[in-house]
Amino acid sequence: MRYLPLTDADRSAMLEKIGAPDVDALFVDVPEEARLDGPIHGLPMHASEMAVEKHMRTLSKKNLAASDAAFFLGAGAYKHHVPASVDHIIQRGEFLTAYTPYQPEIAQGTLQMLFEFQSQVAHLYGCAVANASMYDGSTACWEAVAMASRIARGRKRKVVLSGALHPHYAEVVKTMAKFTDDEIAHAKPAMQASPDTDGLIARIDGDTSCVVVQYPDILGRVTDLQPIADAAHEKGALLIVVNTEPVALGAIKSPGEMGADIVVGEGQSIGVGLQFGGPYLGLFAVRDPRHVRMMPGRLCGETQDAEGKRGFVLTLSTREQHIRREKATSNICTNSGLCALAFSVHMTLLGEKGLRALAMENHRLASLAADKLAEVPGVSVLNDSFFNEFTIRLGQDARAVVRKLAKDNILAGVSLGRLFPEHEELSDGLIVAVTETTTEEDIETLASALKEVLA
Amino acid sequence: MSGPDTVTGNRALMLEEPLIFEIGTTETTGVDLPEPTGGANRLGGLERAEKIGLPGLSEPETVRHYTRLSRQNYAIDLGLFPLGSCTMKHNPRLNEKVARMPGFADVHPLQPVDTVRGALEVINELAHWLIDLTGMHGVAMSPKAGAHGELCGILCIRAALEARGDAREVILVPESAHGTNPATAAFAGYKIEDIPANSDGRVDLDALKNRLGPDVAGVMITNPSTLGLFERDLKEISDAVHEAGGFVYCDGANFNAIVGKVRPGDLGVDAMHINLHKTFSTPHGGGGPGSGPVVLSEALSPFGPLPYTARTKDGVVHLIEEEDADAFSEEHFGGVMQSFGRMTAFHGQMGMFTRALSYILSHGADGLRQVAEDAVLNANYILRSLDDVLDAPFGHSGPCMHEALFSDKGFAEDISTLDLAKALIDEGYHPMTMYFPLVVHGAMLVEPTETESKAALDQFIMALRSVAERAKAGDETLKTAPHYAPRRRLDETLAARKPILAWEEPNPPAGEPTMSEQGGR
Repeated sequence: MRYLPLTDADRSAMLEKIGAPDVDALFVDVPEEARLDGPIHGLPMHASEMAVEKHMRTLSKKNLAASDAAFFLGAGAYKHHVPASVDHIIQRGEFLTAYTPYQPEIAQGTLQMLFEFQSQVAHLYGCAVANASMYDGSTACWEAVAMASRIARGRKRKVVLSGALHPHYAEVVKTMAKFTDDEIAHAKPAMQASPDTDGLIARIDGDTSCVVVQYPDILGRVTDLQPIADAAHEKGALLIVVNTEPVALGAIKSPGEMGADIVVGEGQSIGVGLQFGGPYLGLFAVRDPRHVRMMPGRLCGETQDAEGKRGFVLTLSTREQHIRREKATSNICTNSGLCALAFSVHMTLLGEKGLRALAMENHRLASLAADKLAEVPGVSVLNDSFFNEFTIRLGQDARAVVRKLAKDNILAGVSLGRLFPEHEELSDGLIVAVTETTTEEDIETLASALKEVLA
Repeated sequence: MSGPDTVTGNRALMLEEPLIFEIGTTETTGVDLPEPTGGANRLGGLERAEKIGLPGLSEPETVRHYTRLSRQNYAIDLGLFPLGSCTMKHNPRLNEKVARMPGFADVHPLQPVDTVRGALEVINELAHWLIDLTGMHGVAMSPKAGAHGELCGILCIRAALEARGDAREVILVPESAHGTNPATAAFAGYKIEDIPANSDGRVDLDALKNRLGPDVAGVMITNPSTLGLFERDLKEISDAVHEAGGFVYCDGANFNAIVGKVRPGDLGVDAMHINLHKTFSTPHGGGGPGSGPVVLSEALSPFGPLPYTARTKDGVVHLIEEEDADAFSEEHFGGVMQSFGRMTAFHGQMGMFTRALSYILSHGADGLRQVAEDAVLNANYILRSLDDVLDAPFGHSGPCMHEALFSDKGFAEDISTLDLAKALIDEGYHPMTMYFPLVVHGAMLVEPTETESKAALDQFIMALRSVAERAKAGDETLKTAPHYAPRRRLDETLAARKPILAWEEPNPPAGEPTMSEQGGR
């Protein structure tokens, strides 16, 4: 019990000061029949640092780490190299063990970082304002839909989801919409070279509060969003754009540039790491600064102190739950502060020049992989356009192929069967992601393994 | 502050730091990457043409920038953080080491299940502890924070009611509740009605019983409460709510005060989130990430969100997603598994699970019990050491739980709780929670936690006593505190009236290059 500093002598002295005969006297308000009289049966007693570390290492070794495999998984979480300085900075106790910056005079470190983070995200997304982060991309996506409904003041109830939106994101939106009055219009993804923009536009009508599209989409396709933005705006709907791979925005136009009203996404790629799905980093930004007061989440703003020096504070908190209670824009009471720091440090190390170079290296290797895999008999590449992720068809159930290759430490990609279990006709699809961490040798390994399995 | 000004604005080790946008350039980078080649381009004709405007710094400049910023933060590694209801305790570094083991940090959420057996065992082992410590039936691990967990619990209640064809409209929330409680219930489509407190600060049992009826879906109650009190009548409240066909949601933000001493399940709770960072010490990180698993009673267990994990009869831990929910529910829920759906893209906060499990194993069943006892002992020591100088509105009748509540009663007329808090900063402490709970005027909620020594408490008590005496005496210097922090009082009104939420390039004098053309320096 090395984390508990009180000695028995301290405890006695303190009980005497309090005027209590023993510690149980402090639990007098707990009904006697509900009090436990000893440690809960069946749970182990305390353990040393060495023993706990050993146990956890044993569990850790039962997993196949991405860096020990030829690795091609994406679909919302990407393996990128994170510079060593990033982890060093986030482990500084002054960041790691700080509280939410409600006392700005002694939280300028966190606050200035958040202001810089918000500015980086706004630039990347081509938006006016970004917030201080959300839980992850999928919950940010739902919050964006809820925000669009608020802006429509309940007069428009239809939410049009692109079939090429990450199905887990669509599931989160559908789950939450069960409990509001929003009606979700969602089609299944079309397995074709380019997304079905015309089909999507045809589903937008005067009752639509927002249209949600992913860019690049779940199959990796990159498409011009401007026609969708124009069609949405013509019907008085907002365009929400979801991005799950921020590195892509080093190479392709920002959603804001193409008319998106709300841009949300997953920031995991920059600085955060895979971590089996969390904690991740939800990004949230709006193009029109007038929408700021409808946004969920925390915002950091610039101001001055009593001596006129520049400083930063959390601001516009009258939107938030601790002030507005049931009328708040969201119940969210946190942000992903430490993940936002990791993102911001990594983005500062990259800078514009580094981000562009990183993006082009991802694209170069992905193009190489697409060409190599297209040569494998039985494999066809679906996409015309992509960034670092594309879809191939195998002519047989991709789930089985993935499981087979995993036995040889090849993590071949994310099968569409796993993502869309209800759409049997997609089951021969495999989403393959390639990043700067993928070697040309990894690509050869995957190609030859596929050749063998599909033969 | 006295002394001459410096030309840099720095004061010895207290260094001013510009924004990255003011010192970085778009041509600087701190990483070595291959020069982009012109070759491949399948970007659909959407190449970025315009500058993004992202500043870069070299590696040494980056490390220095963030290290300098870090020094302007208060943190638990620097001293006591007496935040009531927020629970800031020591963060063991073993937990950081564990979370970074490659088998946890470097695995993808959609890897084939056979390649992540150890990660699933972590989830299952932690789930096992949470169920046993709370005396509940199941646990949803995926909620990403406390408020997300609240939403999960309320959605389970709603799904359970709908499954029995019982549409109810109202959630009752005591007035001392966290703001997240009413916001959550509203987000899930419910109407909110307040339940008042009685004179000793607990939920008014009669008022609650009188309001129950066929339109009430449930109550959200915090126990121990945000007044630092144990709700003595919780079992009676639960029985009454169940009798009326509703469910009991318990806000588990303060579970650290009773872990190992009382099981909420024994008091009739149906759903409770557990903030892993509070009870099991995952780092707060300047705002998050959090993690909010939700324990569920037998009645609510079949309605939890996907994905979740469970151990089957053969001892293997299974990851249950949409595609296998039906098969699994047949085996484990007698065919009645009716998940309300998915709340987040992946499995939840794995990085927090490993840290929390490591903390739990370090303490064990015996140590966790000691955690609650020491947390409560420390809070009562603070209460009794200061109740002669600070008004303790509910401290007259008996002990508090993990936190001690004081009010501004007795302060000089023009001195506020805020002034006292800012003066505490000058004494080297992060202030306590202020102006919450709302039911007490000028509230101050002090939570020392179990990881403070008696010596640390004695020094804090001395500092708070001195500041309280100055507040009562009307010491005007309190009103301009803090005097020694990196910033003096910040103008929050200005920030809200004229929001500046992102860096914007100042208009450069004609002829000078802008950052987006050239870069700062």
